[in-house]
Amino acid sequence: MTFFEAVLLTVITASTPLLIAALGELVTERSGVLNLGVEGMMAMGAACSFAAAVTFDSTLAGVLCGMLAGALMAALFALAVLGFAANQVGSGLALTIFGLGLSGLVGAPFVGSRRDPVAPLHIPGLSDLPVVGRILFSQDAFVYLSFALTVAIALFLVRSRAGLTLRSVGENHASAHALGLPVLKTRLAAILFGGACAGLAGAYLALVYTRFWSPGMTAGRGWIALALVVFAAWRPGWVLVGAYIFGAATVLQLHAQALQLGIPSQALSAVPYVATILALLLLSIRHGRAVGAPGSLGLPFVPDR
Amino acid sequence: MNLKTLGTLAGALALSLTAGGASAQQQKLKIGFIYVGPVGDHGWSYQHDVGRQAIVKAFGDKVETTFVESVPEADSERAIEQLARTGHGLIFTTSFGFMEPTLKVARKYPNVKFEHATGYKRAPNLATYAARFHEGRYITGKIAARMSKTGTIGYVGAFPIPEVVAGINAYMLGAQSENPNIKMKIVYANTWFDPAKEGDAAKALLDQGVDVLAQHTDSPAPIQQAEARGRLGFGQASDMERFAPKAQLTAIIDDWSKYYVERTKAVLDGTWKSGDVWGGLDSGMVVMAPYKNMPDDVKKLAEDTEAAIRTGKLNPFKCPVVKQDGSTVECKGNGALSDEQVLGMNFYVKGIDDKLPQ
Repeated sequence: MTFFEAVLLTVITASTPLLIAALGELVTERSGVLNLGVEGMMAMGAACSFAAAVTFDSTLAGVLCGMLAGALMAALFALAVLGFAANQVGSGLALTIFGLGLSGLVGAPFVGSRRDPVAPLHIPGLSDLPVVGRILFSQDAFVYLSFALTVAIALFLVRSRAGLTLRSVGENHASAHALGLPVLKTRLAAILFGGACAGLAGAYLALVYTRFWSPGMTAGRGWIALALVVFAAWRPGWVLVGAYIFGAATVLQLHAQALQLGIPSQALSAVPYVATILALLLLSIRHGRAVGAPGSLGLPFVPDR
Repeated sequence: MNLKTLGTLAGALALSLTAGGASAQQQKLKIGFIYVGPVGDHGWSYQHDVGRQAIVKAFGDKVETTFVESVPEADSERAIEQLARTGHGLIFTTSFGFMEPTLKVARKYPNVKFEHATGYKRAPNLATYAARFHEGRYITGKIAARMSKTGTIGYVGAFPIPEVVAGINAYMLGAQSENPNIKMKIVYANTWFDPAKEGDAAKALLDQGVDVLAQHTDSPAPIQQAEARGRLGFGQASDMERFAPKAQLTAIIDDWSKYYVERTKAVLDGTWKSGDVWGGLDSGMVVMAPYKNMPDDVKKLAEDTEAAIRTGKLNPFKCPVVKQDGSTVECKGNGALSDEQVLGMNFYVKGIDDKLPQ
């Protein structure tokens, strides 16, 4: 494996969980709901997926449980913000704190267990191609899934009737309601989808990235996923770009240190964040304003009002 | 708000109990612990909790222990004060960043005994303690130099602070004593605990030709990467063999149990005094995990080095210590650098090519 390939492989691993979690949050936000609980749902996804994977000795069981855990956490959030029209920011923050705590409890018996690496997919013929084969065709299933998800969500939002409904609900829930669109049901589905994605991202973290469980191992990735959605101006394609810029910056700064370029490591560590802010700036300069935010984002909807 | 009220109530209760006099004497000693990371980090905080459990085992009904985990350093004062207020007689705060908050709370509660790990600020009711991890680092450096085939060894550090820098230097000095031409690559993760990022840091080093990896971050992620790539490494703070059975050569284990039990006994006997303990291999505060995955001669070398350090025949920072720029460090200790010089180390030794981030 050449050095370039090795670096690229690390970048892909670092970017995939961000991409998956951010895509889920993007769908939730496009329906007009701001869920700040990504970090908590991700932590629960990581804990539950690892617990299930060890218990049943199956990665698939782990992944499914992780997604289920994320979706269940999201259902709690939905109950608060849709059922009781509670404040979304407050409920989301509470969900993060709750998720981090609960995941510690769920994962406690599994502290110290370890799993073997998930085998990458091997596609006969394609995987054996030089360079391209190893990078494009020998990743684990999650990586392909994350790309497929990006395309699917982009198509869903722009090309499907359900996607149109979701967007209208997010842009103006009063008008959507007047048109007879099911605002709350649409939002419920979007919130659950976001939760499942966060859970899947957590599962990736625990089963592929680190291969053990430890409380607090999400280490702020849920918040980065949230920032990526804004960075991407609520567009799936840009979420992909943002996730990879962020992943690449994180990994490359580590390599720059090992290469002894003499740049202070603290400054290098800040690079991914500076890159995010820069990209945000460039984007709003190009469009002249904060673009893309759904009109009803963060506003509670009560049908009778 | 609720917690605050509860704390005040408990504080009032504790006060009234103390006023009761004799009844307070038979009270259980409540001992509190503040951890910077989760108990399940398999490393630093985990080892402190092992120490807490040793207290419970040694004193049983006479004590009652409480711990608060994952306490952010910047916001630790509340947590420490909460423990002081709820009748804890002895409080251990186990990260360097808890130093100022501990001192502040210690001044407010003169009757509570405080113990702060890895700090240097003391008070009549605030003692400090730390372990000479660099003694273990020196041994691992020797092993690394002997086991490395590429001649390049690596180090995943948390932050460029003296505690970490001293470890890096001791590791390098140990390695140079076996192979004067050894090269070392250093990557700072800029976090104590982020398994994914620590793993990425390890991957960066391994991708750049490092074949023996040392780490000074808290999770087993770096050594696990060494295992996955068929390279070698050292466990940190705790025995990490189960995460890397083929890669772990040894681990530098922090064993706080003995110290914690002693200090608890001192409080129970009424003989507790403030002070500063910096224990090494000789006091059993630093313990080397079994030497594995290495040929017998390297194992013998490691054991001999360990014995020499334990008996005081060998000091990792024996003079002369030469800095990167070629200047010799003033020798303030007895034939070696003084404790203050090690605790405040802010330079790399000669042979390390990298620049120390300031």
